[in-house]
Amino acid sequence: MSNISHENKKSYKKTFGTNSQTRECWLMLLPFMLFFVVFTIIPVVMSLPMGFTDFDMASFPKFVGLSNYQTLFLQDKTFIQSIRVTLIFALFTGPISYVLCFLLAWLINEMNPRLKTIFTLIFYVPSMANVYTIWQLVFSGDPYGYLNAILMDMGIITSAKQWLTDANYIIYVVIIVQLWISLGAGFLALRAGFQNIDKSQYEAGAIEGIKNRWQELIYITIPSMGPQMMFAAVMQIVASFTADIVGRSLVGFPSTDYAAHTIMTHAFDYGWVRYEMGYSSAICMVLFAFMFLANKFINKLLGKYMN
Amino acid sequence: MASTSVTNTKKLKASNKRVGNRIGGTISILLFLTILGAFMVFPIYLAVVMSIKPAQEWFIFPPKLYAIDPTLDNFRQMFKMAGNLWVPFSRYAANSVFVTITITLVQCFTASMAAFVLAKGKFKGKKFLNSIIVISLLYQSNVIYIMQYMVVAKLGLINTYFALILPMIATPMGVFLMKQSIGQVPDSMIEAAKVDGASMFAICWNIVMPNQKPALMTLIIFAFQASWNLQGQTYVFDEALKTLPTAVQQAAASGLARQGVAMAAAVFMLIPPVIVFMLAQKNVIETMAHSGIKD
Repeated sequence: MSNISHENKKSYKKTFGTNSQTRECWLMLLPFMLFFVVFTIIPVVMSLPMGFTDFDMASFPKFVGLSNYQTLFLQDKTFIQSIRVTLIFALFTGPISYVLCFLLAWLINEMNPRLKTIFTLIFYVPSMANVYTIWQLVFSGDPYGYLNAILMDMGIITSAKQWLTDANYIIYVVIIVQLWISLGAGFLALRAGFQNIDKSQYEAGAIEGIKNRWQELIYITIPSMGPQMMFAAVMQIVASFTADIVGRSLVGFPSTDYAAHTIMTHAFDYGWVRYEMGYSSAICMVLFAFMFLANKFINKLLGKYMN
Repeated sequence: MASTSVTNTKKLKASNKRVGNRIGGTISILLFLTILGAFMVFPIYLAVVMSIKPAQEWFIFPPKLYAIDPTLDNFRQMFKMAGNLWVPFSRYAANSVFVTITITLVQCFTASMAAFVLAKGKFKGKKFLNSIIVISLLYQSNVIYIMQYMVVAKLGLINTYFALILPMIATPMGVFLMKQSIGQVPDSMIEAAKVDGASMFAICWNIVMPNQKPALMTLIIFAFQASWNLQGQTYVFDEALKTLPTAVQQAAASGLARQGVAMAAAVFMLIPPVIVFMLAQKNVIETMAHSGIKD
């Protein structure tokens, strides 16, 4: 048996030719790779050494060795605070949003077609709409802010809370809004993944003794969703570690006591406010290290579902 | 709440085809989705209400959850101001439509083909390329934009449509999405076609891609959304080349009742992506209702 398949392989190689196939592969890659290398890879590679320079965007970058990193870790107290905020952020919004993405995509998949479209739109639309500043009305600090008004009516609080400026609340407010816009690319990819699953697998599963939806989820659904779960995880890592603009526009920049000051906010501060691009670049490098590690970790976790 | 639905389904007897298709479970799932959905939609509803509130109602306290005297003034104001810039409003709209459609079509074509090869091709360096794609997604830096600008400038593309279009086509997310999905196509399907003498190109477009509707429609939604909201001010300075988001933002920033106009702008910009989303979703759900990928 193995002998025959070996023979087959050989003759197949002769007629098809590995070389021509390789050439065809590269040819098909070319249209994307051309743009990808020129407009993404080259800028990325050019930006890598910037963390070791002093660069104000007006004159040519000056090499300064490790001094940016030294300042970052030894003197910049705000940076240490920003690491703290980013990690809290990532640890909250990342996993919660990821589980929500999966759970909602799964539950929606059980609905009838019309409800499927409507619910998918409902959960996806916040990430599509550029209206998160509307939350300022909800969390407004005067007694007529929606949240204050409701809580005071119900007698839970007696005086208006300053949700957007009190350092105790800021992080929760930003986490909530960040979660609100976080059912984005990962959620849709998971929705698409669920639609790809061969339904006959479930019927076969029922015959083979699968008793309820949880077992179905664990033994059939999750193992056939590995690639989409990986995609969603990468999207979630990027979104939760690079959180910045939502916080800046909701609770102000800089926020009270730097309570919503993420690494990305710090990089924005040095890059686009102070024009210290070298330092800003070093900040982004540290962030990349965190994201890279998070990705490695997720790869380990999901590895068994990949192929 | 999800666990209640499962216990509900557990208590009742199994049906013939699939386990746990219970009316009680369905209702509790529906309830859960509706409550969470209300939380998701409420701010969007608020944004729409704000966009149709006349200026004087903005300062009514306590604020109402609806518009007493709804008006399209904010929208009118936005169109008027966007049209009072150097070129007519229709020019910005035409630019946006052209740029968006070009990016979406080209990206779907290039990303699908690259993804097919990266998932199913056999050649040296495949693993390396795949990890480069993920790493480039993870690497975020302010400096990249400066470097990208330098590349675009060096190529002499500043102030052309290419400066808007090409960097968008170069984004790796679409390839990553498609590659993950195409990777699930059984190898046997591709090997069979190869034995029949089909070229890689033909296998990609005739055999694999017709089965990739859910992923492809998702890519269309992402690409459309990203390019429709593209802010290209740094790459084009000629007013006749600028896109809608730029014009709409300029209008929103210059109005008297700024917040109302800004909300009108956000609501207006949201309409085309929502339409594309609905069409794409409908398409996927209809074609995939009875099938799914089969070996």
